Amino acid sequence: MKIDRRSFLSFLIGGGAGTALSPLPWKLMDDSSIWTQMWPWTPVPEDGEASYVNSACTLCPGGCGITVRKIDDRAVKIEGMKGHPVNNGGLCILGLSGLQLLYGPTRVKTPLKRVGKRGQGSWEKISWKDAISEVAKILSDLRSTGQSHTVGCISDSDRGTVPRLFERFLTVYGSPNLMRTSSIIDSYELTLHLMQGVQASPGFDFENADFILSFGSGIIDGWGSPVRMFRANSAWRNTGGKIIQIEPRLSNTAAKSDKWIPANPGTEAALALGIAHVIIKESLYDAEFVDNYSAGFEDWKRFVLDKYGPDSVATITGIDNTTIIALARSFARASKPLAICGRGQGTTPGSLDECTTVHALNALVGNINKQGGIFAVAEPDYINWPEVEMDATAAIGMQKDRLDGAGSKKYPFSRYLLNRLPQAINSGEKYPLKALFVGDANPLYTMSDSKAVKKAFDKVPFVVSFSSYMNETAQNADLILPNHAYLERYEDIPTPPGMPKPVISLTRPVVEPQLNTKHTGDIIILLAKAMGGNIADAFAWNSYDACLKETLGNKWQVMIKKGFWSYPDFFVQTHEESFDTISGKFEFVSKETGSLKQFKPVNIEGDKTNYPLLLMPYDSIRLANGVIGNPPFVMKSVDDTVLKGNNVFIEINPKTAGEQGLREGQLAMLSTPVGKAKVKVHLFDGIMPGLVALPRGLGHTAFDDYLAGKGINFNELIGPVEDPVSGLDTAWGIRVKLAKV
Amino acid sequence: MSALDDNAKEIAEDAGGEEIATSSREINTKEQDNGAGGPIILFFIIGLFASLILGWVIFPKLLYSKKKQPIDFNHVLHVAEVEDGCESCHFFREDGTYSGVPKLEQCIDCHDEIQGISHDEIKFVEKYVSKGREVPWLIYSRQPDCVFFSHAAHVKAAKIDCVTCHGHIGESENLKIYEESRITGYSRDIWGKSIGGFKKNTWDRMKMDDCAECHRKNTANISRTGVKTPTNRLIGHIIDLVSPGTSVSNKGGSVQTERDACFVCHK
Ligand code: SF4
Repeated sequence: MKIDRRSFLSFLIGGGAGTALSPLPWKLMDDSSIWTQMWPWTPVPEDGEASYVNSACTLCPGGCGITVRKIDDRAVKIEGMKGHPVNNGGLCILGLSGLQLLYGPTRVKTPLKRVGKRGQGSWEKISWKDAISEVAKILSDLRSTGQSHTVGCISDSDRGTVPRLFERFLTVYGSPNLMRTSSIIDSYELTLHLMQGVQASPGFDFENADFILSFGSGIIDGWGSPVRMFRANSAWRNTGGKIIQIEPRLSNTAAKSDKWIPANPGTEAALALGIAHVIIKESLYDAEFVDNYSAGFEDWKRFVLDKYGPDSVATITGIDNTTIIALARSFARASKPLAICGRGQGTTPGSLDECTTVHALNALVGNINKQGGIFAVAEPDYINWPEVEMDATAAIGMQKDRLDGAGSKKYPFSRYLLNRLPQAINSGEKYPLKALFVGDANPLYTMSDSKAVKKAFDKVPFVVSFSSYMNETAQNADLILPNHAYLERYEDIPTPPGMPKPVISLTRPVVEPQLNTKHTGDIIILLAKAMGGNIADAFAWNSYDACLKETLGNKWQVMIKKGFWSYPDFFVQTHEESFDTISGKFEFVSKETGSLKQFKPVNIEGDKTNYPLLLMPYDSIRLANGVIGNPPFVMKSVDDTVLKGNNVFIEINPKTAGEQGLREGQLAMLSTPVGKAKVKVHLFDGIMPGLVALPRGLGHTAFDDYLAGKGINFNELIGPVEDPVSGLDTAWGIRVKLAKV
Repeated sequence: MSALDDNAKEIAEDAGGEEIATSSREINTKEQDNGAGGPIILFFIIGLFASLILGWVIFPKLLYSKKKQPIDFNHVLHVAEVEDGCESCHFFREDGTYSGVPKLEQCIDCHDEIQGISHDEIKFVEKYVSKGREVPWLIYSRQPDCVFFSHAAHVKAAKIDCVTCHGHIGESENLKIYEESRITGYSRDIWGKSIGGFKKNTWDRMKMDDCAECHRKNTANISRTGVKTPTNRLIGHIIDLVSPGTSVSNKGGSVQTERDACFVCHK
C-alpha cells in the first residue's frame, strides 16, 4: 500500500470532520474568549465584604471629608463624604486617585539613611530605634554647644496637632525657626491683622454671595478649598450668582465666568483702586459701615480719589474706563458682593497692597462679618496643652532672631517667611542652619528659584524628611523617617483655607499601615523622650494617638462617629467686638504701617530689552502642584496641548508668536533671569499678547515614572520678589525671552 | 520471405507491442480500483477517529490541570453540627451581599483549637488558624469577573435553593479534585464535567446558557429579568443600549444595577 497525497488529504478531511464533531473547537473558542478577560493588566476588583470608613483627605489643604470603600482589608474606592461641611459628597480628581499613593511605588517603605552623596539615591535601611537615636544625638550635640537655634523645621501648615507638636518641640528645645509653606493665606492673615487687628484666617461665605469679583483667583482651578469652590460655582449657576474674572489669561475659571476682563498682568491692585474710586465718587459705598465702624477712610479716600480715576487706571490696566465704571457700579449695587484675590490656586502670597486693597473693596460695600461676605476666622482653640517649661538653653535659643526674618524690625508683622530662608542660608549673614526637619512639605519642589533652594539645602549638614513619599526633598535628605500614608493614620485637619466656619476633620486609618512607617507625631514624642529632661517632660503622652484623643476631649467621640467637628454658631460676629486695631475699628489705612498710602506696583525681575516678554504660571485642577505630585490617574487627564511626551507647552498669543517667528508645536528655548528651559509652543488666542504662560505642577524629579522627568518645574524659572511690608513673595511672573531651537 | 518475414515480424512486433500495451493497461486498471477503495477511506477514518479521540478524550486531559484543595472539608459533618444549614457558613451580609466561601472568622469559633485528630484538621489549625492566614480555597463556582451575579435576587427573592445551581455539595464528605482550565484559570465545573457540554441536572453546568435556560422557563412573563442569549434578540440589545428603557422587552433592566441589556448581568 502506497501513501500518497490523496491519502494524506483524506486523513486531513477525516481529521477535520472529527474535530468538528468533537467539543475541541467550541471549547477552545469559549476558553480563549474568557482568556482575553484575564490579562494581567486587566483590573479585577477584589471580592469580599464591603465596608466604608469615614476619613479626611490631606492631599491638598482643601480638607475634604472622604468615605473610603473597602473590600475586606483593601481600600478600593475613595468617595466624597456626604454631609461634610467642606465638600458634602464632592471630590476632586486628586482626592479620587489617593489609592494610587497609598498602594503605589512612590511610598518610602522603611526608615532610610543616606549612604552615597546627597540626592544620589543610595540608601540603607535603618531601624526606627537607630534612626531616632541618631537624630537625638545630633540635636543633643547642637544643644549642648549652644546652637539649638540652628535647628529649623518646615511644615505645610502651622495648625493641627502635628505641626503644633513640631512647634512645641522646637520651643522646649530652643529654636524659633518653625516655618510654614507660604500662600495667599499669609497675605490675608496679615491683611486681617493690619486692618482688623485680629490673628485669624479669612473665611468667605461663598455659598451666600451673589457677585464674585475675582482678581485672578482660580475658582474652579483649585483656589481655596477646591471641591467647596466647585460646589459654590455650580450653585451660582442655579441661583444666578455672577463671577467676574480679572485675569490676563483665559483660565478655566475665566472661561466659565460671566465676564472675563483681561487686565495687564500685575495691575489687579490698581484696578481694585479704580473700582474703589468710582464707588467712593458716586457714593455707592455702605455709609453705615464706613461711618460707624471704620477708621482712616478720609485719608484713603483722598489717596484713591487723587490718583486712581478711571482714566489713569485704564492706562495702567489696559481696560477701558467705561468697563471700570460699569464694573464698580455693578459690584456696589449687587446685594451680596464679594471680592477675592490670590492668583490661580493662591500658592504665592502676592503683594500685600493688592490683598489689602481688595479687602478694602469688601469693607467699602460693607460685607465684613455679613452673610455672603468675609469673616475673620480664628483658629479653633482645641489644642490646650500645658505650658512647656523652658530651661535656660531653650530660653536663649528662643530669643534669637528667626533666620527667615519674620517678626524682625524689617518685617515685624509677618509670622513666617519661608521664601527668605534660602537667601538667609546662602548669604550666611545671620547664622547657619545646622539641622532641618521637613514635615509634610516639599520645599525643594514648591519653593521658587529651585537652584538657590537646592544650594541652601546643600549647606544644611543634616536634613530629615518625614515624607510618606519619595519626593524631591526626601530624595535630598540625609534621613527619611516615613510617616504613615494619610489613609493609615489619625490626624486632625483644622479649618481649610477660606471656610467661614471653623471645622475640624479627622483623618482616620482606613487600612493598617502597609509598610514599616511611623506616625510623625509618634516620632516627635519618641525623639523628645530620647532627649530627656525638660524636653521629655513636655511630651508626656505615650503615643500620638493618645495625645490626639486627649487633645480633642469630648469632640473625639463625635468625630469618630461623624468624621468631623463643626462649630455651629460661629457666624455671630458683631462689628463692635470684632475689630482689635488701635482705633478699635476697621482701618482703611493701617495705623501700624500706613502702607496703603505708599501703594507701589510690584517690580518683577528682568529688564525689558533682554527679556521682551512676560512669563506667568497657570494652575489647573489637573496638575497638583503642592506637597503631592500628580498620581498616574491624574496625569492621564492632562491635555496634550499642555504636555506631550516629556515636553511641556507654553501658551502664547498667535500675534506674539508671529513676532517671535514661532509656530504651533515648535520647540523653543525659554530663558528668564533665573533659569532656562526647552519648551514647545502652543498658540492660544485666550492669552494677552506679550505674555507666555507655563503650567505649574510639572517637572518633578521625584515620584513615579508617570510624573518624573515630564515638563518643567515653573519654580526653576522664577525667583522670589520680597514685598516691602510683609517680606512675602510677591512675584506674579518674570520677564522672559524666547528663541527658536 | 524477407518481406514476409519482415511483415510477420512487424505484425509480431505490433502484436507484441500491443500485448505489452494491453497488459500495462490492465495493471493500471487494477491500481485504480485499489485506490478508490481501501487506503483513502481508511485514512479518512483514521483522521476522523484520531481527531475524535483527541477532541473528546485527550483534549480535556490536556486542558485541565488537577489541583487538590489546600485542605479537605467534610460538608456532612459540618451540616450536622450547625443550626442554619448552608446559611450558617454561606450567609448574607447585612447589606445583602453574599459572603460566599467562609473566611477564618466563621471557622475560628470552633477551630481555635484542634478538633479531633484528622491530618487535615491539624494542618488547618496549625497552618491557617493559628497564623491568621485565610485558606486559599479553590472555588468551583467562581464566575469570570465580567459576570454580575446577585445571590440575594436568586435565593431571597426567587427562593431558589442552593442545590439548583451548586448540586449536592452539602452532602459530600470530601472535596473533589479541582480541575482548572489552563487557558482561563476557571474551574471545569463552569463548562460542566462533560466536555461536550451535555447536562442532566440543573447544576451540571454554570454557563450563560444555563442562566438563560432557567430564566426563560421561570421568568418568561416577567420581562424585567428576561435573560437572553447572545444570538437571539441582538437587535433588542442594541436598542436597549442606544436608548435604555425604551424596548418593551426589557423595561428598567436590573433592579440592583439599574442597568439594561447586557449590563443586567455583565459588568
Ligand atoms: S480638594 Fe484637596 S482635600 Fe479635597 S479631595 Fe481634592 S485633594 Fe483632597
